[in-house]
Amino acid sequence: MSITAFILFVIIVGITLVITYWAAKRTKTASEFYTAGGGLNGWQNGLAIAGDYLSAASFLGIAGAIALNGFDGFFYSIGYLVAYLVVLYVVAEPLRNLGKYTLADMITARFDQKKIRAVAAINTIAIVIFYMIAQLVGAGALIQLLLGIDYWIAVLIVGIMMTIYVLFGGMTATSWVQIIKAALLMLGTVIISFLVLMKFHFNLFNMFTEVKNATPHGENFLHPGIKYKDPIDTISITLALVLGTAGLPHILMRFFTVKDAKTARSSVAVATWVVGLFYILTIFLGFGAAAFVGSEKIIQANAAGNMAAPLLAQVLGGDFLMSFVSAVAFATILAVVAGLVLSGASAFAHDIYGQIIKKGNITEKQQVSAARYSCISVAALSIILALFAQKMNVAFLVSLAFCVAASANLPVILFTIYWKKFNTAGAITGMLSGLASSLILVIISPNVIAPEPGAAIIVGKPLISLTNPAIISVPIGFLGAYLGTVLSPKRDDKKFAEVTVKANTGLK
Amino acid sequence: MENKEFQSSSPPESTTIDYEKIAASEPFQHLVSSKRKLLVPLTVFFLVFYFALPFLTSFTKVLNNYAIGDISWAWIFAFAQFIMTWTLCTVYVKKANKFDDMAGNILEEYKNKGSNV
Repeated sequence: MSITAFILFVIIVGITLVITYWAAKRTKTASEFYTAGGGLNGWQNGLAIAGDYLSAASFLGIAGAIALNGFDGFFYSIGYLVAYLVVLYVVAEPLRNLGKYTLADMITARFDQKKIRAVAAINTIAIVIFYMIAQLVGAGALIQLLLGIDYWIAVLIVGIMMTIYVLFGGMTATSWVQIIKAALLMLGTVIISFLVLMKFHFNLFNMFTEVKNATPHGENFLHPGIKYKDPIDTISITLALVLGTAGLPHILMRFFTVKDAKTARSSVAVATWVVGLFYILTIFLGFGAAAFVGSEKIIQANAAGNMAAPLLAQVLGGDFLMSFVSAVAFATILAVVAGLVLSGASAFAHDIYGQIIKKGNITEKQQVSAARYSCISVAALSIILALFAQKMNVAFLVSLAFCVAASANLPVILFTIYWKKFNTAGAITGMLSGLASSLILVIISPNVIAPEPGAAIIVGKPLISLTNPAIISVPIGFLGAYLGTVLSPKRDDKKFAEVTVKANTGLK
Repeated sequence: MENKEFQSSSPPESTTIDYEKIAASEPFQHLVSSKRKLLVPLTVFFLVFYFALPFLTSFTKVLNNYAIGDISWAWIFAFAQFIMTWTLCTVYVKKANKFDDMAGNILEEYKNKGSNV
């Protein structure tokens, strides 16, 4: 490990610990723990949403995907961004007006039943665990590469850091870690993009022309179809990307940290600009790496292309810039996993323990300590699973998380807010069919079953060819919710009137 | 049973609000329908615009033609997705100020009437 990298890592850890100490003194009640007391403004929450969302998969993964696969890598950038229109138009404001701490709060604002809360909490926990293992395994491998320390030590460092932030500083510390990370990530990306553009003499056309001759793909590098050859699979992936975000619990939870729907809206607007700017710049990261690092060296460092951005930084700005980019990647990982721990802990402590087991009869102090115990449990479980999953190819877990979010959460969120006839049976069948179909379809997909040994978990012939099953599982989620509703006689127009009024006006 | 859990976590006066009356009131209906008139067409538009890209790249090669220099139409369409997202985001945020005023008036009216009860 270089001295510069070590110093930058220590600075990031130091700053985040100071923030956590400061936040800890302001984290006494359950509302402060889960939502920073609802006291963030639009700018702060917008940056925190960007910090929560732009994972290492976005930063390192997309840079590598564009560097190796050209246009096909850019599909991710587009889908991840357009998803914010779904969040802005249909989810953010009603969620803020109806919920308190969790997604389950919002659904039970209409269907006040324990089994609905339980199913919603299980979905949240499933998504959080999938996403978290993927992040931790990726983080371990990455820090191992960047710093030259063992995988298990790297996972433990990240695991302990995320636990400290959430345990002591709750949502306040988590939010500020995410805000700082968003600023650092934007700074790093803008610097690299500027240097890349400078190398192309500030001429975009020049960049496209040179990159056309720089990779083994030749002209095809600029055309879609290098990686995604099956039309249905391409559409399925783009579907999961655009609909999944609006069902991700750690993103949805961010809307409870602002005081009203208006601020929720302005925070999505800020996030859309920041996230969009970042994803546009992924072209410079990808093209720069393709032209100045070369695919051979990128693949040599990491077959999935994850090292493309740090290697590019080294070519452009030497060891210092590479150390800086590595430190930014580290901060990126910390911010995302902290958000995940918090949303997982809220589902355990608030939904399952507080509302189902204790039936809401729980003191403020008990709520906070339950949240802290849950946070330790979620973190410990994820760390242990991540240690065992080191040798596994876990990339499918992120697509699984997006798929469950799009298939199990989104249909029920939409119907809860907008469909008058929707009822408890529909909510349960919707969530369960979305969850089950996503799980089953991913298990029989090429992500889990592949003919070549080592490519996936099981050696064999996959039963379906889709790498992302959203195109089947999302309709199943909607259909499940629809059939459950029409096959059950229950209907409560009065409750729907209440939910509509609350969702649109914020009346409490 | 339906309301038991709810009461324990909310102030008692919330159960006295006549939501159905507000929901049926003219200003509220107006708010919901103006929102719908804006959001439904915009949502349909951005979904069609978004899925047009993978459909065109998967089933045709038309976007592989070069538009300007070595930048093909696929990239132009991809950049257009960003412009589209930012534009639709700004359009909604601007228009939503009006919805906030309408919602504010409904709440105001409700509170004035509520204090007479």
